[in-house]
Amino acid sequence: MSYIIKGETGDWEIVVGLEVHCEVISKAKLFSGAATAFGAEANTQVSFIDAGFPGMLPVINHECVRQAIRTGFGLNATINKKSIFARKNYYYADLPNGYQISQSDMPIISDGYIDVDLEDGSTRRIGIERLHLEQDAGKLMHDQHPTKSFVDLNRAGVALMEIVSRPDIRSPEEAGAYLRKLRSIVRYIGSCDGNMDEGSMRCDANVSVRRPGEPFGTRAEIKNVNSIRFVMQAIEYEAMRQVELLESGGRVVQETRKFDSVKGETKSMRSKETAMDYRYFYDPDLIPLVLDDEEVERLKREMPELPDAKKKRFMEDFGLPAYDAGQLVAEKETAAYFEKAAAGHDAKKVANWIMGDLFATLNRLGKKITESPVSPENLGKMVDLINDGTISSRIAKDVFQFMVEEGKSPDLIIEEKGLKQVTDTSAIEKIIDEVMAANPDKVAEYRAGKDKLIGWFVGQTMRASQGKANPGMLNELLKKKLAG
Amino acid sequence: MTDLVELTVAEALDGLAKKEFSAVELTEAHIKEMDRARELNAYVTETPELALERAKASDERRAKGTAGKMDGIPVGMKDLYCTKGVRTTACSHILDNFVPPYESTVSQKLEDAGTVMLGKTNMDEFAMGTANLTSYFGPVRNPYKRKGDDSFLVPGGSSGGSAAAVASGLCMAATGSDTGGSIRTPASFCGIVGCKPTYGRCSRWGMIAFASSLDQAGTMTRTVRDTAIMLEAMAGFDPKDSTCANVPVPCYEKALTGDVKGLRIGIPREYNPDKGLHSDVRHVWEATAEKLKAAGAEIVEISLPSTMYALPTYYLIAPAEASSNLARYDGVRFGLRVDGNSLDEMYVNTRTEGFGKEVKRRIMIGTCILLEGYYETCYLKAQKVRRLLCREFEEAYKKVDVILAPAAPETAFGKDDDSTKDPLVMQLYDVFTVPSSLAGLPAVSVPAGTSDENGLPIGLQVIGRPFDEETILRTAGVIESMSGMSVRPLRVGGK
Repeated sequence: MSYIIKGETGDWEIVVGLEVHCEVISKAKLFSGAATAFGAEANTQVSFIDAGFPGMLPVINHECVRQAIRTGFGLNATINKKSIFARKNYYYADLPNGYQISQSDMPIISDGYIDVDLEDGSTRRIGIERLHLEQDAGKLMHDQHPTKSFVDLNRAGVALMEIVSRPDIRSPEEAGAYLRKLRSIVRYIGSCDGNMDEGSMRCDANVSVRRPGEPFGTRAEIKNVNSIRFVMQAIEYEAMRQVELLESGGRVVQETRKFDSVKGETKSMRSKETAMDYRYFYDPDLIPLVLDDEEVERLKREMPELPDAKKKRFMEDFGLPAYDAGQLVAEKETAAYFEKAAAGHDAKKVANWIMGDLFATLNRLGKKITESPVSPENLGKMVDLINDGTISSRIAKDVFQFMVEEGKSPDLIIEEKGLKQVTDTSAIEKIIDEVMAANPDKVAEYRAGKDKLIGWFVGQTMRASQGKANPGMLNELLKKKLAG
Repeated sequence: MTDLVELTVAEALDGLAKKEFSAVELTEAHIKEMDRARELNAYVTETPELALERAKASDERRAKGTAGKMDGIPVGMKDLYCTKGVRTTACSHILDNFVPPYESTVSQKLEDAGTVMLGKTNMDEFAMGTANLTSYFGPVRNPYKRKGDDSFLVPGGSSGGSAAAVASGLCMAATGSDTGGSIRTPASFCGIVGCKPTYGRCSRWGMIAFASSLDQAGTMTRTVRDTAIMLEAMAGFDPKDSTCANVPVPCYEKALTGDVKGLRIGIPREYNPDKGLHSDVRHVWEATAEKLKAAGAEIVEISLPSTMYALPTYYLIAPAEASSNLARYDGVRFGLRVDGNSLDEMYVNTRTEGFGKEVKRRIMIGTCILLEGYYETCYLKAQKVRRLLCREFEEAYKKVDVILAPAAPETAFGKDDDSTKDPLVMQLYDVFTVPSSLAGLPAVSVPAGTSDENGLPIGLQVIGRPFDEETILRTAGVIESMSGMSVRPLRVGGK
């Protein structure tokens, strides 16, 4: 489904490319041995290299390289055997060396893609231009002193993967789906935790608009948006702003803009960005990064199953519809939970329980699926108990709640609470007889043609059975008895 | 007994081993000499207490039988090697009172070998200069004087303090660093041996950077044997420097066979221009080649056609790298800070006051070269010429084993000579040293004679294949023995 902005003068299409910075999961920084834990006390994770002291030299941390390679495989991309680090030169107080070590024309990864699922069930392929490794900068704190700014270099030198998409994204929804998919992939791989709220995944969006079929328009870059929802809002706002500007005879200027999440607007940040010349050149302190074929092969072999493959497998092995499979594989932990719960049980029903009651419960409790009070084994067992008629689907809801509260196995709960379904005909008939005997007027009304009262009788008898009567049997017997 | 400061490293090691004197005595003799020769301005930071402490520890090691290969030898340390707890400034105001909390790999290796550091030697600011005239701490005086002329001569640069100190007995050996000739030029001007090993032979970790792809640590000594001893102690793989080569370090002393029979020595045509080479230098060069031939070497005329482009290439690449390497001196974390009303103003004030004229000139040039447009036309082109130069050397080394060339086009010049006023003229002093720097080749400057005109020493340069320091040292050793040059230091200020 194409996303079109209906302007006053006609239709507009939006064109978006995303640059995502992913903080690499690694014990040490990209070029120094300093630690990388989030939230440590300011300036406690800084080596002399990170602080740009005289005579200090960078040495590549190979774990960061391996993470980039793994991610490259996850993006269906080319792993470049040779890549080169370059210096991006600029002055700022959070950049101790006066340059950031990055990669320019020789990135470690290039030419990949990811497929994203959209709500209407369609799939879009978004191209990845490149992934390169670079250093993060430090952090300035302006709120610690009335006249001074403080610098925290804990983050300075931490490895980032900058993942640059092609301008293939055509709607805010696609941008959101792309980011969710990317986050899912890096989380599966374990190369980035994908937590946008902690800043370990950050997104810049390049947005432009054009008449359908025409060449790309001038783009604006929205910097550092820190949630998927905000990225989508920012794109939507920015595209509308550009359309209004163009339709009123204005021109879009190439500039850096900032998203104000409170007002939901983008604002011009700095025009000097365009005048900036970063004087890139290959870092003479480092030699070209040449990958070892064997290691690359080994990393490929050791790649975990990624969301797309898992989704396909869930559909084939468990007979799940695409939507369900997509939901279940989005998070690695959910997929793992599902696989455990579904093993040897009714997978479709297990999937429904996970996406329904379990998700709702976890949401309510604010817990992750790895912290679920209901173990996957118990959920599977419960589905079996529904299927073999031990409990009804209705009772199962209660059983599930007891499982959430008590963490016990479903059979134990059914046993303890006496929730076993009643399938004994005479027992059900006895209840029906009692209800009919207590309500002769209603029986008379029913028999006089008020068919709708059947619902009332079902409710009464079910209540009298404490919900344990087999609903099918109850219905059948009730009709027979009421008919006289 | 000979005056202790007149000994070579090899002789001193022998004397220490034979208990003829102690490391403390050796160090005390040098400290006394340093006091006497203050006028040379060879040291910018003297560390006599630390030296005596280390000398004492050296004597204890020797008594226990755990002495290192250079144990007890007093050395000078160029002020761009970071020395833990000892002020290190690269002779720049911007590193005012910077005391590194770490020790450079090279100085650590020398300490591990048992050397006794006497202090930090003067140098051109950030090693940018050929005459040691750009130091924040003032110029160094060459201990040599022209015949019948007392004028102040420069020691060459940038390792001028080290060269003057070694030449005048203010230390037995010193570290230098060579980016485009900073060891070889002062060695030639001060009549000592200066060796710039292959790029990657010594670690750059803890060395204050000028131009990372060219900077290389090296030795300054009075004899080739001393160079062999010191280089072995300094060299070696260091995982902390990505550009440091993992190549085994041989025993260089063993290479000094004194034999050049069958050795093919290349004489590059392009190093003998009609203009810009002093006739006395040419004469020493030719005479040395003749003598080597007489000793059994084969003299082969070779061509390195791109030599003429080496100097402009060097003066594009080195400033480009320097402009980036020196960006860290911003007043934020260490060294000088001159406040301002904004971050940018503080940067400007600090760097304006902190850097000297020559350093600023190179930062400006380097910054400009890396800008879009110039990058393609200047920087990338320079890199291409650099690769071409490397290939030409490779071709040459198919025909010859070493190359013999002048180290500097002239002998030491006066501090106030007109030539010192023009940076472009000063650059010409690097003309014979930069090609091998760009190619990363090992080269040693060895005294080969003196000028008939002014009596000053003249050094010749032996350039070798990558990591073949052994052959250049062997050749230099033979030149040294043929030259009849004295290895005794020049005493300054009278006895």
